[in-house]
Amino acid sequence: MSSNNNKKWFSLNIGRKEKTSSGSCSCGKSSGGCGGSSNAHHMTNEAFTEAAINASIGEERTKDGFEQVFDVKMDRRSAFKKLTASLLIGAGAVSTSCSVISGDESKEKAQIDWEEQFKGNYKLMTDKEKEATVDRLVRSYQLRTGKNISMSSKNAEEDVLFGYAFNISKCQGYMDCVNACVEENNQDRNSQMQYIRIHEMKDGKGFNFNEADDNYYHEVPAQGHFYMGTQCFHCDNPPCVEVCPVQATWREDDGLVVVDYDWCVGCRYCMAACPYDGRRFNWSKPEVPESEINHNQHYLGNRMRKKGVMEKCTFCVQRSRAGKNPACVEACPTGARIFGNLLDPDSTIRWVLENKKVFRLKEDLGTEPKFWYFMD
Amino acid sequence: MKRLKVFGSLVKDSLDTITHGSKKYHLWMALLTFVMLAGMYCYSIQLEHGLSVTGMTDRVSWGLYISNFTFLVGVAAAAVMLVMPTYVLKDIDFKQAVLIGEGLAVAALIMCLAFVIADMGGPSVLWHMIPGIGVFNFPNSMLTWDVLVLNGYLFLNITIPFYILFRHYQGKEAKRSVYIPGAILSVFWAVAIHLVTAFLYQGLQARPFWNNALLGPRFLASAFAAGPALIILVLAIIRNFTEFKIQDKTIKKIAMVVTVAAQINLIMLISELFKEFYAPTHHSESAYYLFFGLDGKDALLPWIWTAIPLNVLATVLLTFHKLRNNFKVLFFCCFILFVAIWIEKGFGLIVPGFIPGPYGKIAEYMPTGIEIGVTLGIWALGAFVFTILAKTAIGIELGKLKYKKK
Ligand code: SF4
Ligand code: SF4
Repeated sequence: MSSNNNKKWFSLNIGRKEKTSSGSCSCGKSSGGCGGSSNAHHMTNEAFTEAAINASIGEERTKDGFEQVFDVKMDRRSAFKKLTASLLIGAGAVSTSCSVISGDESKEKAQIDWEEQFKGNYKLMTDKEKEATVDRLVRSYQLRTGKNISMSSKNAEEDVLFGYAFNISKCQGYMDCVNACVEENNQDRNSQMQYIRIHEMKDGKGFNFNEADDNYYHEVPAQGHFYMGTQCFHCDNPPCVEVCPVQATWREDDGLVVVDYDWCVGCRYCMAACPYDGRRFNWSKPEVPESEINHNQHYLGNRMRKKGVMEKCTFCVQRSRAGKNPACVEACPTGARIFGNLLDPDSTIRWVLENKKVFRLKEDLGTEPKFWYFMD
Repeated sequence: MKRLKVFGSLVKDSLDTITHGSKKYHLWMALLTFVMLAGMYCYSIQLEHGLSVTGMTDRVSWGLYISNFTFLVGVAAAAVMLVMPTYVLKDIDFKQAVLIGEGLAVAALIMCLAFVIADMGGPSVLWHMIPGIGVFNFPNSMLTWDVLVLNGYLFLNITIPFYILFRHYQGKEAKRSVYIPGAILSVFWAVAIHLVTAFLYQGLQARPFWNNALLGPRFLASAFAAGPALIILVLAIIRNFTEFKIQDKTIKKIAMVVTVAAQINLIMLISELFKEFYAPTHHSESAYYLFFGLDGKDALLPWIWTAIPLNVLATVLLTFHKLRNNFKVLFFCCFILFVAIWIEKGFGLIVPGFIPGPYGKIAEYMPTGIEIGVTLGIWALGAFVFTILAKTAIGIELGKLKYKKK
């Protein structure tokens, strides 16, 4: 307990403050662009803009469009990439940023698009590069919509391994978790994408998924039924990660299985490999009404996606790494959902695992999901 | 320097051959161009609106594109059935067929790559998949293996015939020591591309329908039936429309290959059906859906029940020497076998893998018009590429295309 006092576990001590100033936070230079850190809200818009620009392009600001594009500092890898670039989207970006007529803002936009198109895989970025790309995205959003968001690139913390438990006897099928998840994670409203599915099952038939209904529209709880939720189970041995040809999806140190939306090429191989129906694909351009956008974002979590990329439940990385419960846990009116740090012996999830009869789905596949079911 | 000059003249000459031909040839090429343009139009719509214009959904996330891709890998691999006897065993009969076969392999591979690209959600970031610039998940992901073997095979199939034709173009014999190693390598490579493609599906524990040990071998057997069947049909057309002499003996030998492969394929099919239906477990549900429908959902029934009788009929007919040696019957058999295997390896394999879903949900898949348009466009592209390659190759082999021939 003593050394564990300094641990990141939530639910029991949500209000801990020190964490927000952790070194891995995206806004090391007090730019305030960091998600989760509350000082962002104390800055004026101008100051924020200034800081964001500085952080994203810095000295590049004073250069003209041509220099911006051809004179940016490049490392070995990006140099090659940018050469390939001119054949592709590059052409468009160059012409915009070279144009004499176009204003500063469109030049900056073009510059950001350019760097975003040819940036590397988030998994392999240094903390500095992570900051840079997050700042670029924040700035880009601001240039396009005039609104501010905060985006975090907070890394996994040590001695944290997230786990989840689901109480079958408590769930009544209200779907509050689903709605909270959609709102929290900025999911596409057009296609009604939902990470969580609630399966309505008949009493006395065991877990018969074949006869379960995961798309019901009637009053709940329905007589003679029980409810069971599924989502991404954040496997310890995730087949979805194995198969991705470009390492656009991986397991973080705290057990979260995440997707780099900008790196994913949209082959949907991971979707075919997931035995738990845990992944969702953006078949068309995802749309969220501006007023409903959750502005508190994480690069690996609920930031805005584009069409043709894979996404999934991240245990609300933007919340869980900030020491809060995922939105579904918070929204559940019956308390059927338990979330916590498996490495913390005092956490509720540990208590559930130790004192309840728990089971997991499709254990025979050896994917080791970190998602347990139990009954009271 | 001299080589470059020869190459330049070869390009010029072949351009010349390609652009000249009979009226029928021009009509054929015009038709292909039209279909390709229509396909490109459909693809531009897909680029604009994303894959939502296809019939695919979160529940059935691969469809017509990947089906065709899988089938065509098999066709490409089949060229090896001709390469081996000709180059390595010095079987003279196959000599002419082999150039056609390799041309077919090149066209099929180009179609494969086109289908993969058409299936991608983010074609603009495809460079992530290029080794060196992107981040490659090797050796874990079977898809990266597939990228490597397919491109390697494409390279082999372009360079070997090119070397031979290049020599013949100059009126020289091709050196065996140069192309034999390549030919031997391509034999193993062909098996590899198809096995790796099978492993792409076979390795997914989440999809019991694919997760079975027979998948790889069955892929090979069906490929070695469908590919050479297509080659026979193409040879028949070439015999009809050009002066290129293809002997009956050659066709009969390829027919033998088709027959044996089709028989093995049928045996494996029976073994698979036996396993699924004699003692059904819940793993058999996909097969059940495919053959009989589940819960009143039966979109694949007409397909598979067309494929199976065609497959059986063709195999039975081919088994009898009398019938097989009758070219009319042979061509008919090859055609229906080709269609049957296209259905089986495409619709009959990819789609039921997703049905029922991981939690038993049955969501059906039907390709949309746009998807079909893109698919036809890519097939037309393949036919176009093949026609060009074949026309040049035939020209060189007939001695019409010759260096410094005025
Ligand atoms: S549940 Fe599916 S998506 Fe989630 S980690 Fe496991 S295999 Fe991957
Ligand atoms: S869809 Fe994206 S995350 Fe999934 S396997 Fe393909 S590239 Fe990887």
